[in-house]
Amino acid sequence: MTARHDETFEVERYELSSPPTWRFALERRTFLAIFATVGSGLLVAATQARGQESGRTGSQGSAPTDVKAWVHVSEDGRITGYTGKTEIGQNIRTSLAQAIADELHVPLDRVSLVMADTDLVPFDQGTFGSLSTPRMAPVLARAAATAREMLLDRAAAQLGAPRASLTCDAGQITGGGRNVGFGDLVKGRQLTGVVPADAPLMPRSAWKVRGTPAPKVDGRRFVTGEHRYTPDLTRPGMLHGRMLRPPGYTGTLTTVDDSGARGMDGVTVVRDGTFAGVVASSARLARRAASAIKAEWTVPDGLPTATTLYDHLKATASTAAGGRGSTPTQTGDPAKARTAAARTFAATYRIPYIAHVPLEPRAAVAEWEGDRLTVWTGTQRPFGVRSELATAFRIPEDRVRVIVPDTGSAYGGKHTGEQAVEAARLAKAVNRPVKVVYSRPEEFSFGYLRPAGVIEIAAAVDAEGRLTAWEFDNWNSGGAGLATPYDVPNVRTQFHAAESPLRQGSYRGLASTANHHAREMHMDAIARALGVDAVEYRLRHLTNDRMRAVLQAAARGAGWPKPSVDGRGLGIACGTDKGSYIATAAEVSRTDNVLKVERLVVAYECGAIVNPDGLRHQVEGAIIQGLGGALFEAITFANGAITNGNMAKYRVPRFKDVPSIELLLLDRPDLPSVGAGETPIVCVAPAIGSAARTFGAVADALPVRFA
Amino acid sequence: MPTYTLRINGTAHDVQADADDTLLSVLRDDLDLVGARYGCGEGQCGSCTVLVDNRAMRSCVAKVSAVAKAQIVTIEGLATNGVLHPVQQAFLEVEAFQCGYCTSGMVMATVALLRTTPSPTDADIARVLDRNVCRCGTHTRIVRAVHLAAERLRAVTPSAGADGRLGEPALPQVAQEAQR
Repeated sequence: MTARHDETFEVERYELSSPPTWRFALERRTFLAIFATVGSGLLVAATQARGQESGRTGSQGSAPTDVKAWVHVSEDGRITGYTGKTEIGQNIRTSLAQAIADELHVPLDRVSLVMADTDLVPFDQGTFGSLSTPRMAPVLARAAATAREMLLDRAAAQLGAPRASLTCDAGQITGGGRNVGFGDLVKGRQLTGVVPADAPLMPRSAWKVRGTPAPKVDGRRFVTGEHRYTPDLTRPGMLHGRMLRPPGYTGTLTTVDDSGARGMDGVTVVRDGTFAGVVASSARLARRAASAIKAEWTVPDGLPTATTLYDHLKATASTAAGGRGSTPTQTGDPAKARTAAARTFAATYRIPYIAHVPLEPRAAVAEWEGDRLTVWTGTQRPFGVRSELATAFRIPEDRVRVIVPDTGSAYGGKHTGEQAVEAARLAKAVNRPVKVVYSRPEEFSFGYLRPAGVIEIAAAVDAEGRLTAWEFDNWNSGGAGLATPYDVPNVRTQFHAAESPLRQGSYRGLASTANHHAREMHMDAIARALGVDAVEYRLRHLTNDRMRAVLQAAARGAGWPKPSVDGRGLGIACGTDKGSYIATAAEVSRTDNVLKVERLVVAYECGAIVNPDGLRHQVEGAIIQGLGGALFEAITFANGAITNGNMAKYRVPRFKDVPSIELLLLDRPDLPSVGAGETPIVCVAPAIGSAARTFGAVADALPVRFA
Repeated sequence: MPTYTLRINGTAHDVQADADDTLLSVLRDDLDLVGARYGCGEGQCGSCTVLVDNRAMRSCVAKVSAVAKAQIVTIEGLATNGVLHPVQQAFLEVEAFQCGYCTSGMVMATVALLRTTPSPTDADIARVLDRNVCRCGTHTRIVRAVHLAAERLRAVTPSAGADGRLGEPALPQVAQEAQR
């Protein structure tokens, strides 16, 4: 492996993974194949809400071209939704089932979901970008609504009652003094339907299941330990694999003496080009065998370190287009405005790499049957991993099946399938199923990280302190959250792609956290320098009502401008990303040089609230995850190795770090719901940084440290 | 390779292992008791927490040879006849988990905590569970679940026993073996 700037692992890679160029109509035999798997009944194919096929078609209609999900009503009246989304702790297995149950007027326990099995579900780009709630929930709801209407059509005929007189409840349709169950309506049939463009969805006021807390589907299996994550799976005859790795994140294999491993009973050494690994009858033996291999690696000289990183990023900046934000956005003439300004404020902010540290490390179980491959793995992109496998083994995608068990979290860190490819290569060598589970140090060094970045801001104000110019350049973090929400007449923002020495990729909120930190710390610094209250200063430059509402709510909730306990510092920040609005107020204390976050007051608005309990879960989770990057997370590296790649050295938030958190959720039933799993992370660090300034100068960097 | 007899969830298991093999690897690889999760392998995240003679132990750093005479309870041994242990029930009701990967360890650490500290304060809970990582950020709910479980356990046995510990559902033990 060498340090790479591989487009596959590009910054904001998720924006580069576009859907297939051509989508061909589903053939009737595709439906038949699905029926063969799921059983007879009614199968409704749902496309994205816009640009749908027209007309409800029944079994004879033409098939749709851009199917996102299926809903199936079985002969026993059970309802199953099929979606390519993955359950990684965000609880969409429950919330998506709520949408289906509501539209079909059945209790939640009548509905189950088949998720992320590439043989059974329609193509999906992946679970990221907070899109499951705004995009997949309406798709499944429309499919369920169409199924309901088709069932009503059939019931009207079967009961001989006028359709308008029918009522539908708990899986029974009643009319003309008789009733019939969903199962009886579809018994012995293979009925197909396509969601029409005008599929009638229930108004929000009619929701009975959505909008209410629901216990987590399969919750019991998690408290009993019964649920099997990928590392817990076994297959008949399964063996255990382990990769030979360089001592750091990079290195070229020069010599290998594998005689020690080859001599062990039950051990197979697998070599293929630069790939080297072992397969053994137990995981313990595989570990022993791998460590018995004597290998030498060369590591290039002069690799960047955690200290030289920021100069390296700026020095390698590419002028080539590099995704969102790489073309400068300009309004007015900021350079000219700067020369005419009363005061200017410039700073450079440094953002380190941080790791996702999902508690379930990368893992995969691979099994070949002839030239057909099945892989179980925890990933956010089952179809992306299928494609990686097909490419790696030069087989068509339809011979590869990827199945994602509900996964022990990801936070944007599981978009790729290296573990799947490795397990499959080892399995192919021994012709038996093989499981690979990354060790925690492997997860740090051979997964990927949130991009590091350099952010330069040059701002200018007039004699009244009003912002007249705002120039914002980000090297490497990415384009999310690049634009300023503040009202400034002359603005230029630009993202500069750079060469990343470490492998990097998506992360919860991604670049938005870095960009929000720099922008909000800068706004805070300007307000302080001008002697203007930080909330008041922001409000003078904010015209967006939703942003003003969260900022004012957080300030009010925190008792701004006074901390709740004398001697503490109070800080605030606000922002917007992915269609939702956040403001965070932080109260901190200082003992010697150590900051402690004592209290967070967070106001958040993400449109109409679907599942209040689930929303609190996601928002609080994002806030606590944000504490890590704000207070202590930073990957250190030198000489081609990560030097804090284990959990003893890389601290993540723990119980003692968690302050009192007060959440103010602003419900906007008049607005569409947007995903809430990411945006609440973005203002944690700048709120803490701002509060820390009460006690002294703070470095222009993350984590927050006194200068 | 030596054979060890491990007393796990009330059953004796003979396993062949090296003295320095970890309890976690034996549980997961030899006995298919996978409720104790691998998270870090260095005793830092607590996902692998089990009870060894009623005390919470990180099974990923516990050597087999060191626990061969002990009574071991894993998450699989906590429920009795399909009835959840009060700590499991509390975690389920409060929904004190998101992805659930830390849950086995959190539940086991809580069972151990409540044996010695039947009425824990928030600070007691933070001190003890600080050795268990929840990466999803479910901490405040876990604290609520611990309080709920404590309340339920106190209700089951309102007065402390002779050893100063409050009652709780008996955990499985290997009956024929003399206790230390």
